Amino acid sequence: MQAELIEIRNHLAQHAPFDEMPEETLDKVVSSIEIAYFRAGAEILKFGERNAYLHYIRSGAVEMYRRSGELYNRLGEGEIFGQYGLLMSKTVRFPVKAIEDSLIYLIPEEIFQYLWENDDNFTDFVEVEDRSRLRSALSRREKSNQPMTARVTRLISREPVTAPNTVRLQEAARIMTEQGVSALLLMDESSDQPRLSGIITDRDLRTRALSEALPSETPISDIMTDGLITTTTNAFIFEAMLTMLHNNVHHLPVMENDRVRGVIALSDIVKHESQSSLYLVSNIYHQQDVKGLKQLSKEVPNTFVRMVNEDANSHMIGSAMAGIGRSFSQRLLELGEEKLGPPPVPYCFMALGSMARDEQLVVTDQDNAMVLDDSFDPAQHDEYFLALAKFVSDGLAACGYAYCTGDIMATNQKWRQPLKVWKEYFADWIENPKAEALLNSNIFFDLDGIHGRTDYTEELKGFIAGKASNSQRFLAMLARNALNRTPPLGFFRTFVMEESGKQAKTFNLKRRGTAPVSDLIRVHALACGSKAQNTFNRLKAIGETKLIPEDGVDNLRDAFEFIAIVRIRHQALAIEAGREPDNNVRPEDLSPFERSHLKDAFQVVSQAQKFLRFRYNAQVGRNVG
Amino acid sequence: MSGDQKATTTDARTDTLSWPDRFRQLAQQARDTRLKAFYEAGCVAPETPVKDVPFVALDFETTGLDPNQHSIVSIGLVPFTLDRIQLGGSRHWLVKPQLPLHQTSITVHGITHTDIYEAPDLAEVLDDILASLAGRIPVVHYRNIERPFLNVAVKWRTGEEIWFPVIDTMAIEAHLHPNRQPNWWQKLRGQQPVSIRLADSRLRYGLPHYPPHNALVDALASAELLMAQVQHHFSPETPIGDLWL
Repeated sequence: MQAELIEIRNHLAQHAPFDEMPEETLDKVVSSIEIAYFRAGAEILKFGERNAYLHYIRSGAVEMYRRSGELYNRLGEGEIFGQYGLLMSKTVRFPVKAIEDSLIYLIPEEIFQYLWENDDNFTDFVEVEDRSRLRSALSRREKSNQPMTARVTRLISREPVTAPNTVRLQEAARIMTEQGVSALLLMDESSDQPRLSGIITDRDLRTRALSEALPSETPISDIMTDGLITTTTNAFIFEAMLTMLHNNVHHLPVMENDRVRGVIALSDIVKHESQSSLYLVSNIYHQQDVKGLKQLSKEVPNTFVRMVNEDANSHMIGSAMAGIGRSFSQRLLELGEEKLGPPPVPYCFMALGSMARDEQLVVTDQDNAMVLDDSFDPAQHDEYFLALAKFVSDGLAACGYAYCTGDIMATNQKWRQPLKVWKEYFADWIENPKAEALLNSNIFFDLDGIHGRTDYTEELKGFIAGKASNSQRFLAMLARNALNRTPPLGFFRTFVMEESGKQAKTFNLKRRGTAPVSDLIRVHALACGSKAQNTFNRLKAIGETKLIPEDGVDNLRDAFEFIAIVRIRHQALAIEAGREPDNNVRPEDLSPFERSHLKDAFQVVSQAQKFLRFRYNAQVGRNVG
Repeated sequence: MSGDQKATTTDARTDTLSWPDRFRQLAQQARDTRLKAFYEAGCVAPETPVKDVPFVALDFETTGLDPNQHSIVSIGLVPFTLDRIQLGGSRHWLVKPQLPLHQTSITVHGITHTDIYEAPDLAEVLDDILASLAGRIPVVHYRNIERPFLNVAVKWRTGEEIWFPVIDTMAIEAHLHPNRQPNWWQKLRGQQPVSIRLADSRLRYGLPHYPPHNALVDALASAELLMAQVQHHFSPETPIGDLWL
């Protein structure tokens, strides 16, 4: 390369995929460049024509079209086109037209081929399929976050301390003291193969034995916890953490097949992930009043930011935030029951929407309901449940979970009903589907029991799963609603591009990004009779039924993860900058990496919406921005 | 070299012969073998559509504006046709000026005494330069630099003059904007005069800003400008004879 052409090299070096190229490679590229000029309106690539160049926009702007003439993309300075044809058939797949006077640098196919074979970053960038590009972007990210992807075995520091489940209370306490452990595993040794049968912890000794003044000869099996919640040696630390969060337990035996390999304690994880969400959760349970909870809730945004900075993925963050929200609700319910007395009839407190899906973030309102026992008598009992619902709802609001504007809260009598009424609700929604009504009740199809008789919620989940998969009309209506919100086409300079070619300054990453995905996945999940609530778990269930082709599942998972993580990072940045986090994003706030992969992700969502429409024969309804 | 100076010298010869015929004549007359070869490569006929013409954008950085007092410091050139510029064919030479490098010119083109200390005399690279020009129509921005300077330099070294037609992208801009000075009414309304300098002209066609005063980059800039001018104001079928000077 002539040294004088450094200006051209510098321009390339500012734009992906040239930005990570070594100088010698860039020099080779520059020496090969041919330059062409196109007036606004001129055709640059015609469909089916042979194309032997990668095109780089030095100045101006172009539009790409699908074969159908539909707008596919709008590109500006520093962006490339023509790679699809080069990789596939050497003929143009997406015709391109200049929409402004444009100066184009043309990189001949020999050089393109050379880069393709020798520069991994370049290859990733120009991959034929947008999807695989998205995947490689995500996996590169994951590779770089070692701490969050460490496995639980890293936390096991010693052989498990065990005792036969036939020992007495005092003996158990003695072993624990001698060994210096806070939990003792109890083994059933009645057969040749000793089997793990229970666990006893320091806390159990305190609360179940000492405070009850049990004799030291009490068999340990009387007070140990059986029906153990465990994890496995190949689980990630964050998974173990989520298991603890979800079940509010502080010790997890780690199993390898049927053998116990060790025990990990909450404190181990806290040490590993100091100041993590777990720490916050355990603190929630120590608060004695709403004031204390409110004080603690100020830590939630920091915990969120910390997880983002530790490169946690969206599933970890969504679950942790939901776990925190669940813990606030649970503690408030405990405090409420302390204040109002025990409930007159059994009940279940349900979380709805994002909390139920384990996809909560920091900007969130409360969506909840109560499922009461069928023996519920409004005249006798409702005063109690209204008071409890109000206590919890006000408490949540004090802790930063705003009241639901749609009044989907247990304080609303309509959503504080016996199990049989809830079944009628769901039966009506499913058997007599009306688009408008379903739009408002969508949220009830993401449900999770978080306190009391959680089996009521499980029963409802089963009821829904059984009915929904058989109602084509319901699924078609739900699908129709899921198509109301579409992703944008992509970005152009500082604008968001719509399929119509219109441009906007900002867009909502929830309404136009994550929500359309969780909406459409909910439809498939209900169609295949899955009881899963989390979008990733639903996808897994859908994948197993082959309702969507396998790569479709993978693509959607990647797209959802990418959009969610951009949304999460956007909120974390706002918190760090002392601004109120929201979901509105301006293209200039996004990195080039995010912009290019978001576009890929939108493409996947758009395709998935087309498939949804076709699969459920959904009529397209109104368009909600 | 780009500048807004008024054309002060007229083209030296106003022969009635067409350029191809003159090239044939000059090829016979030339004694220097390098010049002979240059002329023998020929010149396209004036009626040739511009789309079929091989061009070479040419730019010099000089120690000043007067070919009889100042010298060439660097030469940049880029071969092209109207649909493609070939960066791979671009060339750039530093040459040792025969006259002292003035501090004022250093501030313009950034070429210093150290740079040219090692540089060859133009005579040593004349072969290469003429070979790059042969068979192509030179394109410059402001014709009163490159042609006269090359002519003086060649004459000084070979005793013979060199003649060729040029396309002047600045002359084309001047032609497109005959009334560049705003009238009193336009002045009153704050209208600025139209600038036909290289960088300003490029802006009108949506061409990017390049840092000025490097011979190769300026040559490239003029090549792109001609591409844009033809697409906006002429046609690929326009005969080259309408544009050259």
